[in-house]
Amino acid sequence: MIEIVNLHASVDGQAILKGINLTMGAGEVHAIMGPNGSGKSTLSNVIAGREDYEITEGDILFNGESILELAPEERAHLGLFLSFQYPVEIPGVSVSNFIKTALNEMRKARGEEPLDASSMLKKMREKMDLLEMDKGFLSRSLNEGFSGGEKKRNEIFQMAMLEPKLAILDETDSGLDIDALRIVANGVNALRSPENAFMVITHYQRLLDYIVPDYVHVLYKGKIVKSGDKSLALELEERGYDWIKKEQA
Amino acid sequence: MKDRLAASYWLHENHFAAASSALVTDRRRKAMERFEAEGFPTVRHEDWKYTNLKRLLKEDYALHSPFDASDDAEPIEFKDIKRFLVNDIDCYRVVFINGRYSSWLSETTHSGFDVCTLGSAWKKYAHHVEPHFGHLTEELGALVQLNTALAWDGLYVRVPNGVILDKPIQALYFTTGDQPIFNQTRSLIILGENAQAEIIERHQSLTTAQSWTNAVDEVFMGAGARMHWVKLQHDEASAALTQHSVVHQKRDSYATVHTISTDGKVLRNNLDFKLAEPGAEARMFGLSLADGKQLMDHHTRVDHLAPHCTSHENYKGLFDGESNGVFNGQIHVHVDAQKTLAFQQNDNLVLSEKAAIDTKPQLEIFADDVKCSHGCTVGQLDDDALFYLRARGIKEKEARALLMVAFAHDAVADIQHPSLQAKLNRLIGKKLGVENFGFAL
Repeated sequence: MIEIVNLHASVDGQAILKGINLTMGAGEVHAIMGPNGSGKSTLSNVIAGREDYEITEGDILFNGESILELAPEERAHLGLFLSFQYPVEIPGVSVSNFIKTALNEMRKARGEEPLDASSMLKKMREKMDLLEMDKGFLSRSLNEGFSGGEKKRNEIFQMAMLEPKLAILDETDSGLDIDALRIVANGVNALRSPENAFMVITHYQRLLDYIVPDYVHVLYKGKIVKSGDKSLALELEERGYDWIKKEQA
Repeated sequence: MKDRLAASYWLHENHFAAASSALVTDRRRKAMERFEAEGFPTVRHEDWKYTNLKRLLKEDYALHSPFDASDDAEPIEFKDIKRFLVNDIDCYRVVFINGRYSSWLSETTHSGFDVCTLGSAWKKYAHHVEPHFGHLTEELGALVQLNTALAWDGLYVRVPNGVILDKPIQALYFTTGDQPIFNQTRSLIILGENAQAEIIERHQSLTTAQSWTNAVDEVFMGAGARMHWVKLQHDEASAALTQHSVVHQKRDSYATVHTISTDGKVLRNNLDFKLAEPGAEARMFGLSLADGKQLMDHHTRVDHLAPHCTSHENYKGLFDGESNGVFNGQIHVHVDAQKTLAFQQNDNLVLSEKAAIDTKPQLEIFADDVKCSHGCTVGQLDDDALFYLRARGIKEKEARALLMVAFAHDAVADIQHPSLQAKLNRLIGKKLGVENFGFAL
């Protein structure tokens, strides 16, 4: 589904990603772990198409095609989704209006008719039930005054509505209490299918108790320095990152 | 231009005098003398530093006198103005064409309260007009004096104590004809104790000929009175408006003014509140959406003259193209106006290299137990927000528009009638170019 080849990226002349290689197939869940500052969020932003980063080397192929030249919205139309670590507050735009706009833009880009109002509402209700969200949520201004947990749940709600092929969850677990974590994880698990893939970026093993990864990668100083199965996450939880840093030193 | 206006006054002074009381005539004459002495303000006046009237004064305007014979070559019919009305709200309607009252397009009333034209009130309601006309404007600048001297028609509203208007008033001022035209319009609104009125006002040119309307409004609010006034400024690129509105508020009265400016050549809004007795509250919201070479200028002034009054002000501006914006927010907290609450916020987005905004909060506080806050921001669209929207599949152009609409949203959030709010949202959407992509406003 996605193939990241020797990816180098820098911001303001400073190299952050220094040769990432990662291949994910449909139906797979990959966890990206690593200490602070290792480049996890940069990786997710670069894949989603944030323009602040300069790609100095390498490529990102999505279903075999390079997406480096594509705008963020074009990547979204192909089925890429980034659940933001810090979702932006946009007063004046309601959640329902935003999602309706986003979904219909996606459909338009794919040559599909916009979803009619009742189907839209039905779909929203269905996904909200899945995430145990309150109905009043839809009319609130996007992320404005949301708690950390509500913001993250809203991200997963958007993901559920947009049904991406590849979803990148950037520290979706941070700021979540254990109940919210369970709900969000249940939501993600319900959306897993043989056709889509998830890249779960996290500091902690905790989330991976709920969203069980097929692969775990450790990102350190802009490179994937270790890959393994879910037992690697447990090992990291137990031993911390210091042994990895030592190995690299 | 000054001389022509003065000549027009002196030529018709006897007509003015014949149709109104001696006191009113005296006020007119004094105002004209002051206008003659001062002339039009120039950029050397602090208040007009960023708004140069030169570009308006160079036109060769036709000056209509209310005493000339009517010369409507092409009479305006209802179908011509229909699209400028907020049509789905049942309203009283007072319509003016080139500064003159148009009875056949209006729906006025005198049953229980008066909603009509000032032109008919000078004599008929002299006992109400005399104690009010010119009272709030005496100290104001030359443009206002010019209006005091020459204005004849405009909205007249008088609501007795305890009366709540059953429906809103639409005051519509149209200009028409092939010649450039300079109009003076004047309104007088007198609300008794606990009276309530709602006003929707629009100045609109029906032609592409240059027009300049110089409007002055005086509003008197009795104790406990409530007023909501929406000024809709969505005019032709050839139309200019200079308007000075002064609201005088007694105890526990509550006024809200929305000024929504989406189009026009030059829009200069002066909005003053005199909070004269305890408990009075003034709220003002403004939105300027400017592009091309448009100039949108808001000067506001709140005088906190008594303790325990509240003023709340939130103005937003979006400036694109080579447009210019001006915001000047004066708050004067007078001695003894303790426990004043005064909030002022002015936020601006500058969307192009050549657009500019000059914003200046101006607070003078002479009481010591008050809560006043002010803030102004000038910035660009937030890159993080833009990326967020684009990452959800919304195209850049549309994401920008959506953020602009969201930014502007506050300014209309408080408007009560859903259909009026929808109309304003449509105008905003149209101006910001979001109407063609399914984003429901």
